[in-house]
Amino acid sequence: MSDGPSAELFPAARRKALTGWGRTSPTFADVVVPMTREQVAAAVQRRTERGVIARGLGRSYGDPAQNGGGLVLDMSGMNRVLDADLETGVVTVEAGVSLDRLIELFVPFGFFVPVTPGTRQVTVGGAIGADVHGKNHHADGSFCDHVLSMDLLLADGTVRTVTPEDDPELFWATAGGMGLTGIVLSAVVRLIPIETSLVSVDTDRTRDLDEIMALMAETDEKYRYTVAWLDCLAKGRNLGRSVLTCGEFARLEDLPAKKRAKPLHFKSGSLVTVPDLVPGRLPNKFTMGLFNELWYRKAPQHKVGQLQGISPFFHPLDAVQEWNRAYGKTGFLQYQFVVPFENEDAMRTIVKTISDAGAPSSLTVLKRFGPGNRGFLSFPKPGWTLTLDFPTNTPGLSALLRRLDEIVLSNDGRFYLAKDSRMDPSDLAAMYPRLEEFRAVRAKVDPDGVFVSDQARRLGLA
Amino acid sequence: MKDALGAPQSLLILGGTSEIALHTARKLVDDRVRRVVLAGRPSEGLDRAADELRGRGAEVEVVGFDAAEPDTHEKVIDGVFADGDIDVVLLAFGVLGDQEADEQDPVAAAKVAQVNYVGGVSAGLASVKALRRQGHGSLAVISSVAAERARKANFIYGSSKAGLDAFAQGLADKTHGTGVHVMVVRPGFVKTKMTQGMPDGPMATTPDVVADGIIKGLRKGSTTIWVPGQLRFVFSALRHVPRPIFRKLPI
Ligand SMILES: Cc1cc2nc3c(=O)[nH]c(=O)nc-3n(C[C@H](O)[C@H](O)[C@H](O)COP(=O)(O)OP(=O)(O)OC[C@H]3O[C@@H](n4cnc5c(N)ncnc54)[C@H](O)[C@@H]3O)c2cc1C
Ligand SMILES: NC(=O)c1ccc[n+]([C@@H]2O[C@H](COP(=O)([O-])OP(=O)(O)OC[C@H]3O[C@@H](n4cnc5c(N)ncnc54)[C@H](OP(=O)(O)O)[C@@H]3O)[C@@H](O)[C@H]2O)c1
Repeated sequence: MSDGPSAELFPAARRKALTGWGRTSPTFADVVVPMTREQVAAAVQRRTERGVIARGLGRSYGDPAQNGGGLVLDMSGMNRVLDADLETGVVTVEAGVSLDRLIELFVPFGFFVPVTPGTRQVTVGGAIGADVHGKNHHADGSFCDHVLSMDLLLADGTVRTVTPEDDPELFWATAGGMGLTGIVLSAVVRLIPIETSLVSVDTDRTRDLDEIMALMAETDEKYRYTVAWLDCLAKGRNLGRSVLTCGEFARLEDLPAKKRAKPLHFKSGSLVTVPDLVPGRLPNKFTMGLFNELWYRKAPQHKVGQLQGISPFFHPLDAVQEWNRAYGKTGFLQYQFVVPFENEDAMRTIVKTISDAGAPSSLTVLKRFGPGNRGFLSFPKPGWTLTLDFPTNTPGLSALLRRLDEIVLSNDGRFYLAKDSRMDPSDLAAMYPRLEEFRAVRAKVDPDGVFVSDQARRLGLA
Repeated sequence: MKDALGAPQSLLILGGTSEIALHTARKLVDDRVRRVVLAGRPSEGLDRAADELRGRGAEVEVVGFDAAEPDTHEKVIDGVFADGDIDVVLLAFGVLGDQEADEQDPVAAAKVAQVNYVGGVSAGLASVKALRRQGHGSLAVISSVAAERARKANFIYGSSKAGLDAFAQGLADKTHGTGVHVMVVRPGFVKTKMTQGMPDGPMATTPDVVADGIIKGLRKGSTTIWVPGQLRFVFSALRHVPRPIFRKLPI
């Protein structure tokens, strides 16, 4: 045996079409699902000149986890928990472990993931690659702020254990580096302690954008988790009317007596799946207008201390599996940007522009970021971030988004690479002032550009 | 790479001075295309076209390419792809010939077939091989309504386009499900240098309109487009006209 046992057990590559969650811009690649480190290394060694990229659960909206004509390593097979300290909540996990799995495993022991995006169907590798943020960014930072160390397979085939202390450059190039520095094999992550699996939620409904922004500026100091849902179709006086939810994990004493017996009860699992047959486009201006109206009306004017489970509070969308199919064949895109607090007027201009255009954004989420970290391409920085969903066949979408691009760019804002599927590559350097530093690190660890994705090609990232 | 709204970033034109192709290029450069490669027979016109597109903000390369020399095609095309992905290949070269004269000059007539059909076969295959290697991209082949049914007034050109058209359809089916999209473009009479001095045909259109049709078809992933669109119906009717009558039609 020449190449060792891994070569014989090597899972076969399958050529197939891949897209991101938005189901746009498919490309074909050879997909391998490695189960061990050795198989990852062997696969990387067998790459062609089209290179290789890691893929988690494909929850990025655009094309960062695709590599047309090349190799894609579907990391979801590397999903073991390697070590867990149930005193401190420090866990060592393979990169393909999902946050869903971590929550399911460790909530019963009194630990929650330090940061979770709006879906928990993401892998630890994907959470590192995009340095994801959650409703607690202002309080706890982003995912990589809680990563103590990671094992990274480099272009030359070696595995390096990278920590923020010993190798800050490579660590912070990988954090938010969209898979372009290497393959994260495993990571050591510090979970946060919780007393119960319930969240104590305060809800407020606000009439317009000014009111929600003023309210959020106050509430961020008081709550660990905050987020607002915005009705982007409301016009005039109602422009930017919102529902704000703020939460904290409930303490044991917050629970009613009958729930104290099993305070850490948690059950994952989704309810329904959208079939892959939805024709045309379901969400449109009319249905979305109705939906937004209902959502807004449904929310209480002001409610305090409501107890909610982890799923409804953090991951309401996960209740419907593959909900992205509801947008039909042409797919959709997400537009997420951040603008600094001092330029918050840009938020108003943007919300008004979208409302005037009557473009249906089904899910519009507003959030305040705290300080960013040292990730060269990490997205969060202090300011307001707004996230919008648009079906790609929305009439006039391209022109509308270009108007928004200009506002974002001229207000020192930036786009989130995990959501991007259409930004103008020439905006990248202004938005990410540390891009050159990122490229320098990558040029050092991957001089031949072995790690490459469709997004990297599209944006000239690396 | 094409973006989520279907806007390509790079374009290879085979037949770099074609007016239809250059109108398409201008529109795409005004959108997201940054890299344009003009492949054609070296000429001042080719250089001028490159400069014009540069003026619009594109990075333009000019490479030598002769449709009548199939044994060079793969090398030229591979060279272009080696420098970076190509999202759209526009196969635009073609010659009209001179039907009356060519009927008396079999070698000249064969040259029309050599460029339009034989050249299309080798350039089309070489393009698709390269597109498949990168796992994405489109090839738009400019055929013609003349391919639909050979008319006595221009059957030399028409038959060469019929060959090209049939070839491109087969290629589209063969590549279906590989990430490569092949589209057949069937324009009617287009006012370009190819038709200069000729009286406008029925439903005559402009290269600008054809360009819009090509861009829309690329975005939608169409397999066949007609410009103007009504020609689809005109020609499906014409196709079924009995020969004795068809022969006498003044077309
Ligand atoms: C409904 C929904 C809500 C969302 N909400 C949020 C939110 O609130 N906040 C937020 O920040 N994001 C949010 N996202 C985006 C999502 O969190 C990120 O796109 C995340 O990266 C997806 O993880 P994944 O495992 O699916 O990775 P993929 O999408 O498959 O990959 C993402 C990137 O990580 C890289 N990568 C993956 N695994 C590895 C590895 N092992 N080694 C190296 N690189 C790797 C890939 O190359 C790629 O560049 C949301 C997405 C959805 C669908
Ligand atoms: N105009 C119409 O009415 C019409 C209608 C239907 C279909 N079409 C088709 O549309 C395509 C584009 O035509 P157009 O209208 O844009 O006319 P055009 O401007 O005359 O373009 C024809 C192109 O073909 C190129 N070409 C000819 N022989 C070549 C060869 N041996 N090697 C490389 N390139 C060669 C020409 O390049 P040079 O500069 O080197 O000559 C020119 O770039 C053609 O395929 C044509 O058949 C045209």
